[in-house]
Amino acid sequence: MTKRTTSPDRRKRRPPIVLVVLAALGLSVFVIPLLGLLARTPWSDLPMLLTSNVVLDALRVSVIASLGATAISAILGVPLAWVLARVEFRGRSIVRGLVVLPLVLPPVVGGAALLFALGRRGLIGEPLNQATGLVLPFSIWGVIIAATFVAMPFLVITVESGLHNLDSRYEGAAATLGAGRWTVLRRVTLPMIGPSLAAGLALTWARALGEFGATITFAGNLQGRTQTLPLAVFVALESDRGAAVALSLIMVVISLTVLIALRHRWWGAV
Amino acid sequence: MVTVGLVTAALLLTACGNTGSNTGNEVLVSAASSLTEAFTEMEASFERANPEVDVVLNIAGSSALREQILAGAPADVFASANTSNMDLVDEAGDVEGEPKIFARNRLEIVVPLGNPGSVAELADFARDELLIGLCAESVPCGDYGRQILQNAGVIPAVDTEEPNVRALLTKIEAGEMDAGIVYETDVTSTDGGVGGVAIPDDDNVLADYPIAVLAEAPNADGAANFVAFVLSQEGRGILVDHGFVSP
Repeated sequence: MTKRTTSPDRRKRRPPIVLVVLAALGLSVFVIPLLGLLARTPWSDLPMLLTSNVVLDALRVSVIASLGATAISAILGVPLAWVLARVEFRGRSIVRGLVVLPLVLPPVVGGAALLFALGRRGLIGEPLNQATGLVLPFSIWGVIIAATFVAMPFLVITVESGLHNLDSRYEGAAATLGAGRWTVLRRVTLPMIGPSLAAGLALTWARALGEFGATITFAGNLQGRTQTLPLAVFVALESDRGAAVALSLIMVVISLTVLIALRHRWWGAV
Repeated sequence: MVTVGLVTAALLLTACGNTGSNTGNEVLVSAASSLTEAFTEMEASFERANPEVDVVLNIAGSSALREQILAGAPADVFASANTSNMDLVDEAGDVEGEPKIFARNRLEIVVPLGNPGSVAELADFARDELLIGLCAESVPCGDYGRQILQNAGVIPAVDTEEPNVRALLTKIEAGEMDAGIVYETDVTSTDGGVGGVAIPDDDNVLADYPIAVLAEAPNADGAANFVAFVLSQEGRGILVDHGFVSP
């Protein structure tokens, strides 16, 4: 790498004090709640709390559901992003609006909508139930569907913007050299949007892990079956605050670890 | 830059101005979920008699309300669906005077219209093929529901533990669950939207609803007046209309 010639200049110029103060205030928005959590952590009981059945069950359900939702989002979301980025069709902006709707919709509304659509008496759920006997709510599938609903938009918008930034001449060159469309997609397009895909997967997974409102509304709350970490925190807050804090701490540690581990792929920073 | 600074300053000032906001005539009542309809009517009647007062209802599960109060939320009145949540608030020194029992409530089996699971008695709660819902153990209706099933010697095949009684009722009303245990007043509140199956008196419990003015009530006088109204003849009439039992 070449030497940065701008660095001496940078060091001389101090950042404006107002910006630094506002930035510090901005950071405190994120840090202060964490300090509150740490202040309430029952450190001596922590090993016992972390290995309790409630915590282990919730951890298992959360890991399965968040990874399942991320996998489904990848399988369905990448093609959706590709179509949005590469295919011109009427109503594309409406489709894009529908895809990002879960980002702004309160998750509880999403959960209720899922219940009316996929519940036992739902629009699609009722025929599905009569044909196969399958009941999606109150099962791990319900948890995965709820998490997919709220988290997949992150994958679609990240991958779509990756595709927009991609120089399509590479794909053109591969096609000229005789590669079929499928090969181009697999060997050129996907590897080149790798960083966007990784970022999208990380964001999707993180959102799925933290999902609460749609889950409790659509999938219910039962330890060992549908109770994820956020649901366990919510229930424990009203009965066992120590357990609630321990569960919250697990979520913070897992999320921070993954987000920091992925920082290179994500925003390409140090 | 100046603009940003000004906006921030304005926001901070607004925030300061709002802290401990109480217009003097607002009474914030934290009431259990099962009191939703009764206390909405209570609010209307009280405000009709006291036009200068604005009653604001904060409805949630009793245990969530208890946690809010213990964490210092500025409520004036607490109406709980059981005595244990009130006791915890009382023990923390957050209650002014003595809590008073203002209503009682029985519990009932609730089923969707048409009773698709053919639920006829508590023993049906053990049927694995049915979708059975209870309230979470931490909220009163969950506690009562488990007591009742224990009284009947039934080990339920539970499929979900809902955070409050209304969340459970909504799922039953939508036909997504086959049976649950809620208050009699909840069944009444749906106006025929769900079916009810009575629980034998030997197994049933009678829930006590205590009410109290909170020690740190921002509007202590308004709070005392509202509590007096709930305990008055008129208040009791409203509660009985909604299916509660007079204490």
